[in-house]
Amino acid sequence: MLEQQLFNALSLGCVYALFALGFTLVFGVLGVINLSHGAVFMVGAYAALAAVQNLGFPLWAAVIFAFVIAGCVGALIDVLVLRPLRNRNAPHLIPMIATIGVAIVLNSLAQGIAGAENKRFPTDVLPQESLDFLGIHITVIELGIILLSFLLMVALVLMIGRTQIGRALRAIAESPKAALLLGINVEWLFIITSFVAAGLGGVAGTLVGVYSNALFPLMGQPILHKGIAVIILGGMGDIRGAMLAGLFLGFAEVMSVAYIGSNMRDAVAFGVLFLVLILRPQGLLGRIQERKA
Amino acid sequence: MEYFENFWQIYSNLVLTLGINALLALSIYLTLSCGMLSLANAAFMGIGAYTASILTMSHEAPFTLALAGGIATPMFVAFFLGKAVMRLSGVYLAMATLAFGEVVRIVILNAEDLTGGALGLNGIPNSTEWWHVLLALAVVIAMLACMRRSKVGRALEAIKEDETAAGMMGIDTNANKMMAFILGAGIAGLAGGLSAHLTFFIGPNEYGFDRAVEILTMAILGGVNSLIGPVVGSLFLTLLPEVLRGLKDFRLVVNGVLLIVIILFLPRGLWDPARFRRMFSGAKKGDAK
Repeated sequence: MLEQQLFNALSLGCVYALFALGFTLVFGVLGVINLSHGAVFMVGAYAALAAVQNLGFPLWAAVIFAFVIAGCVGALIDVLVLRPLRNRNAPHLIPMIATIGVAIVLNSLAQGIAGAENKRFPTDVLPQESLDFLGIHITVIELGIILLSFLLMVALVLMIGRTQIGRALRAIAESPKAALLLGINVEWLFIITSFVAAGLGGVAGTLVGVYSNALFPLMGQPILHKGIAVIILGGMGDIRGAMLAGLFLGFAEVMSVAYIGSNMRDAVAFGVLFLVLILRPQGLLGRIQERKA
Repeated sequence: MEYFENFWQIYSNLVLTLGINALLALSIYLTLSCGMLSLANAAFMGIGAYTASILTMSHEAPFTLALAGGIATPMFVAFFLGKAVMRLSGVYLAMATLAFGEVVRIVILNAEDLTGGALGLNGIPNSTEWWHVLLALAVVIAMLACMRRSKVGRALEAIKEDETAAGMMGIDTNANKMMAFILGAGIAGLAGGLSAHLTFFIGPNEYGFDRAVEILTMAILGGVNSLIGPVVGSLFLTLLPEVLRGLKDFRLVVNGVLLIVIILFLPRGLWDPARFRRMFSGAKKGDAK
């Protein structure tokens, strides 16, 4: 029984981590708490659904489609909303409120276009197979979620750690001004960051949509709250921290549901967050930073 | 007169909600005025609403006493919360207070004997009159206006500009911030008590993340450089959905777009005294700061 719970926790934690990855990436590089990330998550899920239903894509292609569409929405948000605010040097609160506006627009557009009711993926595109391994019941969907999440996480860490773009991003995270003086195309990298972050959010949305098989316009709200908890737990802007904290939150939730009671599920996330903030405000892996925060 | 009576019958709830939202926007203005971004005000509003409703429903307390309880309890809670989170700043404070709000929501959800759990409290007596809201708003604005001009107000402004420098000038930054935090909680609690006795029903989900964000948006949208700003912001955000009623499903889209546009083009909020001065003195843009 415990093994089964651990496995469930792993798949839930992977989704949290994937969602929080994009969230924390935007905070680390752009310094913005992007409250539209939950809406982008929803856009990804709906894009995948449209790809499957209207364009006849197989599931794997729909996931890529969701990445691209959500990524484009993210890049668009950056160009239309965040860049003008950056150029004006607005204090950090202002972009956050602007992203609330973006979330309202996206959520109500989805509601106006697709309707407020729950949508489902057609059953024939979802793999139904499952296997039993050491007494654990594993569905192919769960396995796919875990593998894909880890793949994307590793890819992102390698990109940040090993490539020229990653080096430039880290330089920007230290100081955008210095990076600009060193000849880094800061604006372009901001757009790329927004694209990748939103794309990861969109993939997470698709995975959750497939996993729970229910899409609705406000599906991003609950996970946005979890995402906030995760990036604080992991240390704001810290990629590895977000991954660890996402997994940790998944475990904490599943265990509390299994052993304490289902009504304490959200209390665990926010109780832990509250404690971490009081005991270790920089997060589990974070370091103290003197920034505009 | 007949026209007014008709109008009042249809819109009295909206007008009173407006007043209550203005109180909420002012409550967050108070913490913002010393540079603290606290998102706990929705939770404080909830604590106030539940305290006041429980007092009137289970203990048959008179309305004034219930309201007093609705003000005092959040202030009491804010005292302890403030002790814990006061050393956090910026985004960290925002997130800690947000987490606190979520914890409050879950406590309300689980304390079923007292709060009715997820079903909320039903049948709260309808005792909020128009003049209660007006009086509350007038008192709060008068109090905040006096405070702005007093030593305390200047201290808060100094803390907002630069906390370290303010501390070096001999301002007790912690005590001042605590005071703003606790007073803000009291105002939010008052708004909660008034709104609970206006709407007949309260539930735990009314005081969560969305409400916290709404309160913050009202204050920032209106502008937090004067007392009128938050009131204008709450007016705008409360009336907008009513005005756009004809757009049906897409009215919230317009709502969101307007929010973004205002933030992009009016950086200091709708109500910006400096901009008005520029406009009326005929000076060119960029002359005054």
